[in-house]
This record gives sequence, C-alpha cells and structure tokens, in this order.
Amino acid sequence: MDINDLRAIVTVVSLLTFLGIVWWAYGVKGNKKRFEEAAMLPFTDEEADLAELGLDRNGQRKAS
Amino acid sequence: MSETQSTYNYKVVRQFAVMTVIWGIVGMLVGVIIAAQLVWPELNFGPYLHFGRLRPLHTNAVIFAFGGSALFATSYYVVQRTCHTRIFSDGLAAFTFWGWQLVIVLAAVTLPLGFTSGKEYAELEWPIDILIAVVWVAYAIVFFGTIVKRKATHIYVANWFYGGFILAVALLHIVNSAAIPVSLTKSYSAYAGVQDAMVQWWYGHNAVGFFLTAGFLGMMYYFVPKQAGRPVYSYRLSVVHFWALIFTYMWAGPHHLHYTALPDWTQSVGMLFSLILLAPSWGGMINGVMTLSGAWHKLRDDPILKFLITSLSFYGMSTFEGPMMAIKTVNALSHYTDWTIGHVHSGALGWVAMISIGSIYYLLPRLYGKSEMFSIKLITVHFWVATIGVVLYIASMWIAGVMQGLMWRAVNIDGTLTYSFVESVKASYPFWAIRFLGGILFLFGMLIMAYNMFKTIAGGRSVDDARVVLVPAAHHA
Repeated sequence: MDINDLRAIVTVVSLLTFLGIVWWAYGVKGNKKRFEEAAMLPFTDEEADLAELGLDRNGQRKAS
Repeated sequence: MSETQSTYNYKVVRQFAVMTVIWGIVGMLVGVIIAAQLVWPELNFGPYLHFGRLRPLHTNAVIFAFGGSALFATSYYVVQRTCHTRIFSDGLAAFTFWGWQLVIVLAAVTLPLGFTSGKEYAELEWPIDILIAVVWVAYAIVFFGTIVKRKATHIYVANWFYGGFILAVALLHIVNSAAIPVSLTKSYSAYAGVQDAMVQWWYGHNAVGFFLTAGFLGMMYYFVPKQAGRPVYSYRLSVVHFWALIFTYMWAGPHHLHYTALPDWTQSVGMLFSLILLAPSWGGMINGVMTLSGAWHKLRDDPILKFLITSLSFYGMSTFEGPMMAIKTVNALSHYTDWTIGHVHSGALGWVAMISIGSIYYLLPRLYGKSEMFSIKLITVHFWVATIGVVLYIASMWIAGVMQGLMWRAVNIDGTLTYSFVESVKASYPFWAIRFLGGILFLFGMLIMAYNMFKTIAGGRSVDDARVVLVPAAHHA
C-alpha cells in the first residue's frame, strides 16, 4: 500500500466522521435535552451577574 | 460560608481587557501612519520608521496585541463563567499576561530595527518565537485545566471554539516557525522553496481561520446570547458549525499561492475548500444573528448589541467575499491588488475589531463593579464613527483594487502593456486618501472608547478576584 492509499483513506474517514457528527447533532433524539441544558450555561450563574454589576438580588443598586 | 462557591479570577481578565483598548489604539495608529505614508511618501523617515518596517509592526500589533489581548480576556472570563469554577492557576494566568506583554514589546522594538524572518504574520525572530510558544503552552494549560476542573456537566460551545483556537495556533506557530538560527537575531526557515511557501500560507490562512475566526466565534457564542438575554438560536447548529470549520479550514491555504510554482492540483484543492468554507461561515453567522430573533427591538437602543450584530454582518460579507476571491479566475484579477487589503480589513475591522469592542464594552463595567459604562451615548457615537470608517476603508480599497487589477492586465493590440505600473500607483492616490480617512475615523472611535473606559474605571470599584462572593441562594432567604 503506498502513501497515496493512506491519504485517500484518511480523507474518506474524515468525511464519514464529519457526517457522523452531523447525525449525532441532528439525528440522535437523546441529545436534544443535553443541548438545551448546555445552551443555558451562560445564564445559570445569576448571582455572579448581579454581583458583577454591583446590584442586589432585586436588581437594585447596592447602597455602598 | 462552607457552601460559598469558588470565586472567579477577574484580575487577569481586567488586565487583558484594558490592554486590548491600549494596544488597539497603538496598532491602529501605526496603521494610520502607514496609510498616510502611501499618500504622502515624504513621511517615510529614516530606516526605522519606513513603511517596510512599520507595516509588519502594524499587522503584529493589531492581530496579536489587540486581537490577542481580547481573546485572552474573553476566554479567561467565559471559561470561568461557563465552567462555574475559578481559573486553573492564578500564577500561570499572570505569567501569560506578562509574557504576552513582553512578546508585544519585543516585537515593537525588533521589527522597526529590521529583525525579521520575513514570513507574513510570523515575522518575529526565533528567540521571540520560543517565548511565544512557552506563553502559549501556559495559556493552554490554564484554559484546559479550567475545563477539566469544571463544575458544570457540559462544556459550553464557546469553550470548544476557544479550545480549538488555542490548539490550532500552537500547532501552526510551532510548525511554521521551525528555523535554523545563525545568530541571536537571524534565522532561516527550516523549509525550502515552494514547500516553505506552502507551509507559510498553511500557517497564514489558518492564522485567519483560527486566531482571527475561531476564537472570536467563541466570543460570539457567549456575548451575543448574554447581551441579547436569550440562548443561542440553535445549539445543534453550533456543534456542526464548530466541526465543519475544523474539518475545512486547514485545507484553504493554497489560495494564497494561485498561479505560483505550487502544483496546480494543490491550488485547486485550496480553491475548493475555500468555497466549501462558505457553508460553515454562514451557518455560524446566521446562528449568531438569529439569536436576536424575537428581540430585534433591542438592536435599536443597545449600542453594544449594535457592535456585536454589525460585526456578524461584516463576518458574513467577508466570508462570502473570501471564497469568491479564492476562485482562480477571480484571483487572477484581485491578487496583489488593494482588493485583498480591503477584504482583510472588512474582516479585521468589521468582524474581529467590532466583536471585540462589543465584548469589551460588555466586560468593562462588570470587571469594575459598575452597572454600565460611564456613557452609553459615547458607545453609540463610537459605533457610528467606526462603522463609517470601515465602510470608507473597504469601499475605497474595492475600487482601487479592481482598478489596479484591470490596469495591470490591460494590453494593446500589439501585445504591449497599456499602462506602466506607476500609472496604476498614480491612479490609486485618491482612494488611498479615502482609506486614510477611514482609518482615522476607526482610530478616533478607539480613542472615544479609551476615554469611556478610563471614566468607567475612575468611578468604579474593582471586582478583584470576584469579591463577587457567590453565596448560594439559601443564605439570602
């Protein structure tokens, strides 16, 4: 087997891997929930958001 | 307080965020100077401040100092916030900050002195290259170490993009910088002839694909949803977006070497993969823009969102233009002309700079414990000044570029050239003047940002290491 066969195989395997990822993202029903959870990650640390902005829990500016 | 969650390291984020603005001004000022040198050649003073030496200083400063600082700042912030954990190592994080600043200072000294390895976007000589590699490995350890110790189950998509950017840039930098030193300040590439050219543009285009795209897409996937107040339009699309970029970008480099000694089939592969790239690029852009779906009204009075969404429009424009320019017959017209310069700046000013500016405006008040920037109105002014600047810049370069391409290829009936080269230079002057004006506007916008930043800092308390102590909800009730 010469190096070019190996190159062809790697290319085909890469394409199949990519198609597998597309199927994994869109075809696997069980992934819907985990994607929804992951998408909410930027919003799950509300305490830190309020603290950063110097606000109390009701969104009011702290007296300090 | 045993339940107190780990707090975040904001010090390093703040340092990089402030330096983003500072280096942005420095890098863009050098850009304005070299733009002026093209209009008024008398401005080329001595060897050190000559166009040929200042031009690589400009590209290095805006890409690695301005863009790099923005990437460090946002990646350290986003990885902590979405992994719900403090950064892996405060010491190593501080090392990446000071190490990176040292690299920038060394670049600012050596490039005007004429020390260069002559590789575009990789001009720095070998001792600095080694320092970059060391800082980068530290960056990777800090970033991936934080992901390993995350408290959240999932790894948010922005971190995938930042992680891909960090790994790819390490690979690109180390392979392309391989060189044989002959003295402390001079080295020769480890590759020869057309292989050297191909390695260089494999590096060069992936510097665009990973340094200037993947990392900034990480910004998009965090700051656009946060500023819009809603999760990303489609998380599934973001997964496919990431892997499609990873699988295609690596192959697009040969389009920089159309009609050269590079084998013809390699040029065609490069062109084909550049065309394929349109799909993931637009998929990502649509995902970002559609995040606003149902909340378009927010765009009307939120200048930070204006920056973020406009940057995506420029991203869509330049990722359409890029594949078109990679088509060999189009490239026959556009290559070596100002059209390329216009294309780069529609990406660099319109996409990279604007998404960074938007993200830094989001971060600054939060890093200093303020509810908003000192002046929202000044952000709006900055937005319009910057947008007009970019439009002037790219429109003038389009016209100049197409004109240059047409003049260079024009032949008389007897086969002689219709125009001498200098005639195309003469014809370009008015457009170079317009480009200079566009650059001035963009730089002026950054000065407005710096004023706004220092006013915000002056009135703020610094949120050091997140004194943002994160007390669980039960303690408040």
